[in-house]
Amino acid sequence: MDKIILKGRKVVGGMAEGEAFVTRHTISGWGGIDHRTGTIVEMRHEKRGQSFAGKVLVFPGAKGSSGWSHYFHMARIAGVAPKAMVFNTMTTKVALGAVVVRAPAVTDLDQDPLDIIEDGDWVKVDGDNGIVEVTKRSV
Amino acid sequence: MNLTDAEKAMLDGREGRAKAKAMELLVRYGEALGAERLVETRNVAGTWATSRFMTDYIARGMDAVFSEFNLDSDEVVETPHAKVSSCQLIAGVDHRNWRIQGVPEEAADAQARAEEFFGRRGIQQLATCTPYQVGNVPVRGEHCAWMESSAVVYCNAVLGARTNTEGRESTGAASITGRIPYWGFHVPERRLATHECEVEFPVDDMMDWGLLGYHVGEMVEEDIPVLTGLRHTPSLIKLKHFGAAAASSGGVEMYHIPGTTPEAPTREAALGGKTPRRRFKFGEAERRRAYENLNATAHDRDVDFIMLGCPHNSIEQMWLIASLLDGKKVSPSTQLWVHTPSAIRTVADRSGYTKIIEDAGGVVMSDTCPSISRFMPKGTRVTATDSAKQAHYLPALTGVQTWFGSVAHCIDAAITGRWNGGL
Repeated sequence: MDKIILKGRKVVGGMAEGEAFVTRHTISGWGGIDHRTGTIVEMRHEKRGQSFAGKVLVFPGAKGSSGWSHYFHMARIAGVAPKAMVFNTMTTKVALGAVVVRAPAVTDLDQDPLDIIEDGDWVKVDGDNGIVEVTKRSV
Repeated sequence: MNLTDAEKAMLDGREGRAKAKAMELLVRYGEALGAERLVETRNVAGTWATSRFMTDYIARGMDAVFSEFNLDSDEVVETPHAKVSSCQLIAGVDHRNWRIQGVPEEAADAQARAEEFFGRRGIQQLATCTPYQVGNVPVRGEHCAWMESSAVVYCNAVLGARTNTEGRESTGAASITGRIPYWGFHVPERRLATHECEVEFPVDDMMDWGLLGYHVGEMVEEDIPVLTGLRHTPSLIKLKHFGAAAASSGGVEMYHIPGTTPEAPTREAALGGKTPRRRFKFGEAERRRAYENLNATAHDRDVDFIMLGCPHNSIEQMWLIASLLDGKKVSPSTQLWVHTPSAIRTVADRSGYTKIIEDAGGVVMSDTCPSISRFMPKGTRVTATDSAKQAHYLPALTGVQTWFGSVAHCIDAAITGRWNGGL
């Protein structure tokens, strides 16, 4: 099976792998997710009703309220946080959120992960080395 | 990250375990951002409140709450006094009206204990999303560590102070160390406009400032707009509404209005002499689209619940509501809650505004709002509000239909029980 390697930089260290949950829409923490289930709840969000629990969250970045980190923090406590995060735009919301989720996270990749990774692909995130390894879902 | 000797001493535990854990978090956070150093701050606005999702921690005491939720520390540390001026923002429980909210007694009791515990450690219980309305007014250039998206954008854009959108854990750490990563809006070059919004519609009243904000946020997401073409000078309450709307539909934390906001003497200065990456306009069509988006969830015209005061009302807004309600009665089929900071409520009480609102059948609330608390009158299906921010969040958070309009439309709905608003 072909693997695609993306190189970026560490946000949070550690190693994790899982199925990709990919969205081109930015995510709100407070008001955007249900921290008890990991489900996106924002109106008009393309992933409304779907949960990122236990998956590798691939997304452009964070938006909305400063409750972002707190709601992802509570998702971690409830056991429904993403297994790893891969994102494009660095902000204080997403940085602090990734830190308190304590799962490997990578940004500043050499190719846009949103063009490469699709829902259901298998993604391995090596936070310390900033490497994302993508195995495409067999069609 | 490069740490000073004083910062290293805190990290090494020479000022106690809490500060060591706080510095550890700030270093993890700074490295995640790619920051090279920390900056001193003497102005922190965060949250030390309890919620119903913290029951296990509350049972173990407020140090357990502080350690987990304000420091992201697995180790329970003793909560020290705040090192720098630190205030509590909006939270879930109105200390006066929690029964009307529907908050269970144990939750109100936990919140009262948290206020006492953290108050005794120096946390000022301003209990509002608008600390800048009740005495916390940073000066231009001051490095702050604030949460609350609507306060952050006001702090940066209107006051010219410098803050990123911080979170519960970073403000908790900042309050006891007086430090925050030097990154983003602390850096002068990162405060310049990148986008230009040409405002063609003659925006002046509150509702239009909300619609403009909602449109701008959707267009720029987290980038920095300069607004040109405005024909009317805004006031505190209009910029409060504008910023809250832009920070809800997008992630706007900074904007410029040439001739009005302090870092924009001119359009060119706001852009740092550069050409905007993108230009877009706000005309009739954009105004209508923002209005339709904000009203997308509403179809039943019988309204159960009217929510005013998001962000928390100024004293001027309290008087406007009182004057619209004077001598009238809220419909038996609706409830009206008006939100204002506790400090402003004191003035509203003294000025007789509270009495007018209460005599009409409304409730004056403080410390919270329905989106934060998730409490509304029982059985609420259809709400109305003058807040673009509340109209954005309430349907997603609680599943209710929400009408958005002017304060006059909302008061009319409160009195008639029917939504008759429109553009």
